[in-house]
Amino acid sequence: MSVSQGMPVATDRAPIGRTSQTTEWLQRALPKIVLAPSFAVVLVVVYGFIVFTGVLSFTDSKILPSFNWVGWENYAKLWGFRNWITALQNLAIFGSLYIILCSVIGLFLAILIDQKIRIEGALRPIYLYPMALSFIVTGTAWKWFLDPGIGLEHTMHLWGWESFSFTWIKDGKMAIYCIVIAAIWQSSGFVMAMFLAGLRGVDNEIIKAAQIDGASNFNLYRRIIIPILRPAFLSVFVVLAHLAIKSYDLVIALTNGGPGRATEMPATFMYSYTFTRNEMGIGASSAVIMLMMIASVIVPYLYSELRGGKR
Amino acid sequence: MAHASPETAVRTNLAVRALIYSILIIFAVYYLLPLYVMLVNSVKPLDEIRQGNMMALPQLFTIEPWLSAWSTAQIGVQPTGLKPYFINSVLMVIPAVAISTMIGALNGYVLTKWRFRGDGIVFGLLLFSCFIPFQIVLIPMARILGLLGLAGSTPGLILVHVVYGIGFSTLFFRNYYDAFPTELIRAAQIDGAGFFRIFWRILLPSSGPIIVVTVIWQFTNIWNDFLFGASFSDVDSQPVTIALNNLVSSSTGVKEYNVHFAGAVLAALPTLIVYIVSGRYFVRGLMAGAVKG
Amino acid sequence: MAFLEIDNLQKRFGTVDVLKGINLSVEEGGFLVLVGPSGCGKSTLLNTIAGLESITGGEIRINGRAVNDLHPSQRDIAMVFQSYALYPNMTVGQNIAFGMEMRGVPKAERDKAVAGVAKTLQISHLLDRKPSQLSGGQRQRVAMGRALVRDPQVFLFDEPLSNLDAKLRVDMRTEIKRLHQSMKTTIVYVTHDQIEAMTLATVIAVLKDGVLQQFGTPHEIYNNPANVFVADFMGSPAMNLIPARIEANGGGVAVVMSRDGLAPLQLKVANDSKLSAHAGREVIFGLRPEAITDMSGADRTSARVVNADCHVEVVEPAGADTYVVTRLGGREVIGRMRSDMQVAPHSTVPFAFNMDKAVYFDPQSELRIA
Repeated sequence: MSVSQGMPVATDRAPIGRTSQTTEWLQRALPKIVLAPSFAVVLVVVYGFIVFTGVLSFTDSKILPSFNWVGWENYAKLWGFRNWITALQNLAIFGSLYIILCSVIGLFLAILIDQKIRIEGALRPIYLYPMALSFIVTGTAWKWFLDPGIGLEHTMHLWGWESFSFTWIKDGKMAIYCIVIAAIWQSSGFVMAMFLAGLRGVDNEIIKAAQIDGASNFNLYRRIIIPILRPAFLSVFVVLAHLAIKSYDLVIALTNGGPGRATEMPATFMYSYTFTRNEMGIGASSAVIMLMMIASVIVPYLYSELRGGKR
Repeated sequence: MAHASPETAVRTNLAVRALIYSILIIFAVYYLLPLYVMLVNSVKPLDEIRQGNMMALPQLFTIEPWLSAWSTAQIGVQPTGLKPYFINSVLMVIPAVAISTMIGALNGYVLTKWRFRGDGIVFGLLLFSCFIPFQIVLIPMARILGLLGLAGSTPGLILVHVVYGIGFSTLFFRNYYDAFPTELIRAAQIDGAGFFRIFWRILLPSSGPIIVVTVIWQFTNIWNDFLFGASFSDVDSQPVTIALNNLVSSSTGVKEYNVHFAGAVLAALPTLIVYIVSGRYFVRGLMAGAVKG
Repeated sequence: MAFLEIDNLQKRFGTVDVLKGINLSVEEGGFLVLVGPSGCGKSTLLNTIAGLESITGGEIRINGRAVNDLHPSQRDIAMVFQSYALYPNMTVGQNIAFGMEMRGVPKAERDKAVAGVAKTLQISHLLDRKPSQLSGGQRQRVAMGRALVRDPQVFLFDEPLSNLDAKLRVDMRTEIKRLHQSMKTTIVYVTHDQIEAMTLATVIAVLKDGVLQQFGTPHEIYNNPANVFVADFMGSPAMNLIPARIEANGGGVAVVMSRDGLAPLQLKVANDSKLSAHAGREVIFGLRPEAITDMSGADRTSARVVNADCHVEVVEPAGADTYVVTRLGGREVIGRMRSDMQVAPHSTVPFAFNMDKAVYFDPQSELRIA
């Protein structure tokens, strides 16, 4: 449906005659004029900058950008860095656990709440408030909780469970799982909200038909409701994948990449190499890789959404 | 989303229901636990924390940690508490939210009511900008801010948040205005109203809900931001998230956990309050941001 | 084949009585239509028969067996929904077979049954499609197929035609009637459309606010409505309901009503006996438009036709008839005249009132008195 734009309007201010042609042109152009700054700005600060950073990734920039071309050297070096490999491994572990567990927990909670629960009104705010918090705040709370000397382990000891040991956060191998726990705490409520909305959108008559057909609750969910939720699964995946790749704040707050560099993630890698270690070229190339990863998830999704939903 | 009695026709029996309620309550505890721990320990004196149980209620109640977190705690090299940084955040967030919301509204208006060839592409490009990892723009943005003389300043941060907020606010308004009947616009045109008049008098007054959603979303994201704050601010303009991290991560001296917690809650307070007051709209914003189209 | 009995059924939601003591029965192979305005409880009643809602009191019996406490899948019923309720992620064939799958019927048998039903409903070519690829009419057939394949004792239909456009509705209505005649299963059908009710039903139950207003054959409901509500609800255009008085008139009684622009209209009543007791009292005089005609169009087999002049307000030519609007008893009254009657608005013409078809209601209780 297209609105015919720039219908000649006789405003009470415009004199008739030649000037109205200018007004007419102005009215027709106005929408584009209004949109243009945003478009131009975004073109520059998003796409322009992406190109800039991309260009930098092919140079030998250190502290400051330089434009000495070095081809793929930075990318080659990247794969030689143990930190980068660690970062990617961590992203894989973190990303998959985060997405899978958040989805499972979120779906599980949504299904439970969908069973005509009377305290839903009280539960929803409780499940969702973590999303309102900065990752720094979340990191602070969990860092302490997971700290052996003061947190959960210590409390368990005080409660009599002497042998309880929970030193993951200090353990190079296990620290990444601490980040997983904190991230799931932050996001699973939101995933639940998305699935709940999806569940609520299921036509009630379908459920009635299934009951008459004799489907047990289990079959009802497995064969009918969950397949209907496919779009919700997709949205959840896209949002979580996006958050996982970008995750920076949480890592900084919880472990600062540590112990050592055991919880390095691409985002922290990029920041430290660019600003702290003065290896801008390397940092730029890591950023480009991050962008590629996100694009591979987002672009197909956006494409299918815009194709399907465009009016 | 409906808050009233859910309508699903699925049935369950009593034992199962008891199980369901228990599981839900256990999860509620899981979600509340960190907040509880933070609040409870933010009012204990330091020795009680070190010796005692993090879950126990305070034996000695003190608001010292809060006062300290606010005005005297050591942040970086200054013993100023979070107050100046809190103010920085406020000074940054309010203009950024207002400007990006306004721009988003106008953009959404143009994209839905004044169609032109290629508007789909424009929208798509704006939409994609919501998803980029911000790491990719840090370097060039730092340069530009330097060139503009805005490096390390609050106006600089405002600019950054505005330009990267345009994507989301445009998305929200565009989806909302898409459902707005175009006939009203045409009727107004026939009555002689021009581009801006239609916007002010017809669209904007009916935009209450989406303005609320957008403002909440922007406010939360910008207040909670860390990356831009870390990259583009200096001591005078640091937002409260950076300050909190400095406070909490300082490796020298005695770790004053109670102060850390008070600080964390202080930093989280604005977004928590916004959330509590307008929870429904908050969720709507999350959903709209995630479920495109 | 079954026999459905509903015995003093009550249903309460919280503090609201949604169904207040319903008594109905349908013989084997009958077609019961539950009709009434929105909110009258007809869908709720259907849901209780299906077992999708529990009841607060009373009993439901299918073929002599009380089913109140049985799960829907054990009542040997099948249901067709207003929005068809097809499983969107399954093909048409899988949709139809799903119930059998849940009951553990082996695949070969399932396939055979599905093919059979598809042939009857002429949807065999659609078996591998998904519901989203079908038109409204096709979806409705698939929904019926899913019900048919179950071979139940009672078929339940919940406003199945409401979502279809007018022409499709008429076609599907005929299909349903044809299916009923060939399969002779007992059907309970909910609709708010009284034309559907009249054409499809063997018995009709008219409901309002959870109370059964009248239960009878279409003929009874149409010609002998139990109260003002039923008289007004059934029939299109609606029955004329005119405030009037009964007066003694030369050996018999006549119904008297004011007449615009002329002296009050006096119509001698067909059957005196019941009404003479009400002489001198107010009544509501009910006469359907087709019983108010022009003089040559009047029913010759009627025992009593009274002619009288009336002032015409509006003339509505409708092709096959011409509707003529006059005013009696202060109310608009519609008569149906032959289409080639030349009647001009604001003229005064003779109307013929077929008093055989007249019904009379008490103004306070709104019940029929004669």
